[in-house]
Amino acid sequence: MDPRNAFQEIALPRKNSKENLDRFIPNRSAMDFDYAHYMLTEGKKGKENPAASSPAKEAYLKQLREVFNMNRPRILAFKNKPPAPVEFMPPEYASVQQSKPVKPRRHIPQTSERTLDAPDLLDDYYLNLLDWGSSNVLAIALGTTVYLWDASNGSTSELVTVDDDKGPVTSVNWAPDGRHIAVGLNNAEVQLWDSTANRQLRTLKGGHRARVGSLAWNNHILTTGSMDGKIMNNDVRIRDHVVETYRGHQQEVCGLKWSASGQQLASGGNDNILHIWDRTQASSNSATQWLHRLEDHAAAVKALAWCPFQGNLLASGGGGGDRCIKFWNTHTGSCLNSVDTGSQVCSLLWSKNERELLSSHGFTQNQLTLWKYPSMVKMAELTGHTSRVLFMAQSPDGCTVASAAGDETLRFWNVFGTPEVAKPAPKAAPEPFAHVNRIR
Amino acid sequence: MASKTVTKDIITLRGSAAIVSEFFGYAANSILYNRGVYPEESFAKVKKYGLPMLLTQDEGVKTFITNLTAQLSEWLEAGKLQRVVLVIMSKSTNEVLERWNFSIETDNEVVEKGVSREKSDKEIMREIQAIMRQIASSITYLPCLDEPCNYYDFRVFDVLAYTDKDVAAPFTWIESDPKLISNPQMVKLHAFDTKIHKVDTIVSYKNDEELDEE
Repeated sequence: MDPRNAFQEIALPRKNSKENLDRFIPNRSAMDFDYAHYMLTEGKKGKENPAASSPAKEAYLKQLREVFNMNRPRILAFKNKPPAPVEFMPPEYASVQQSKPVKPRRHIPQTSERTLDAPDLLDDYYLNLLDWGSSNVLAIALGTTVYLWDASNGSTSELVTVDDDKGPVTSVNWAPDGRHIAVGLNNAEVQLWDSTANRQLRTLKGGHRARVGSLAWNNHILTTGSMDGKIMNNDVRIRDHVVETYRGHQQEVCGLKWSASGQQLASGGNDNILHIWDRTQASSNSATQWLHRLEDHAAAVKALAWCPFQGNLLASGGGGGDRCIKFWNTHTGSCLNSVDTGSQVCSLLWSKNERELLSSHGFTQNQLTLWKYPSMVKMAELTGHTSRVLFMAQSPDGCTVASAAGDETLRFWNVFGTPEVAKPAPKAAPEPFAHVNRIR
Repeated sequence: MASKTVTKDIITLRGSAAIVSEFFGYAANSILYNRGVYPEESFAKVKKYGLPMLLTQDEGVKTFITNLTAQLSEWLEAGKLQRVVLVIMSKSTNEVLERWNFSIETDNEVVEKGVSREKSDKEIMREIQAIMRQIASSITYLPCLDEPCNYYDFRVFDVLAYTDKDVAAPFTWIESDPKLISNPQMVKLHAFDTKIHKVDTIVSYKNDEELDEE
């Protein structure tokens, strides 16, 4: 055998070398003396080389390879997973297994859970007089007075009654902290109040020239929409509070909502136009250009709701001449769907827990309609109000909806159901040191 | 007679890859049906391997399996596929409940030198048929997957491919963890061999002994 071959055999595991190395078979014809010589001399050098033979070194190498995943195969899986079998669940199976309320079979109470009187509530489609803050306090403007109703204990208090020459109150909106509240007035002023101290912090004036019917907070920016058609971003921390102005509406701005990300503002006007504005494109000195100008509605656009589970999805509802709920991709400005509800759409709310949308309507039913999204199948129609349901607000836990209507009542509906995880327990038992963060 | 068998019993690398990837398609469908991952009304009956086999009619699942077998066939032809694993998981917890492991041994000589082997189609089909029968009867010993208390929880599946280190994975694939079951029970099923690819099937599942003692 040629020595080169022999060397290869040493480098490899010695499986074939058995017959050559057996000294106890006295048949010399089967022996390879060249090979034997090589093994006794050169071969030994190879053996002494620790890299080739030391068991410790081999174990070390093996471990190294394992650590660096070198001798393991690649494990691959498709990026796109196969569809989950949710949709296929036969309904009869669902009913058999139903131990607690299951999504599709959730009981939706057909009547309001409680009704409160709301005397002097202005029956004006273009105003926004109801809001439910994150601290679980509901604010409602009745004539010239703003009342606060604490949902956790049912107590009512008066925040402010404005003078007759300033009022009536045309809009209320809680800041995200649930403590500060903005109050828009008929005389184009906006007041900022601290609800815990019951103290007015400042008045924003000089911006608008007509009543302020819509308000929307975006951190320290309070956006105001007015009958003069203008929308202003007010930085409530600084003296010259008007930082940006959006011009685009020819008539009263009655719908105003910031997206959850705070990047896009949707505004609807009595001119039947829906605008999407981009926060980053806004500037104080030059007139800001809208991102999208959507002219599909045939009546005033007041009802606006950003989808909580899809960032650039907006639902908008049109007034009496339009009666449609439309869905928009605000990224591209395309209309995704339009549903004729048969009645004026006064307000829209997305469920925080389910893929559902609630709309409130006027003539003829004055109802609240719960829709499944995106199929837009009607899940429930809630009647009770005897005049158009102008305003809706959602509790912080997302379960309860308050609606105020032209019949001067405020009704509470358990329409969205309780979230699956747990009931809103902390409501009743506030944390012992919850007040500590209010020191400053 | 002799000349007939000669032409019929030659199996090429390409043919073997086709048989094996087709086997995975049917096996995956059968597992999804028999283990109740998708409801039975979403499956339709066809005849294959001399058995009534069920194939999903759901477009999403169908596309997934078609894409899968196409890619597997490519890797099989290159001799780079070592193992295919179908895992059944709980959707909510991602816990792996069942793991169907198909190990593949490839005759490298065929891949490297392009030679062919001899084995009759009939014989291969008979071997596959035996495995399919075993998959269908596995419900008799595998733990029940749809326990009533778990209505909210759905079963989902995923497929892992163990390939050689040097394969170029298409962008539709990503690296995955092996999704192992700790302390599993294992049952080895029949194997089949095309003389080019040998496929061994093992199903492992969660050891439910603690539950039985309750």
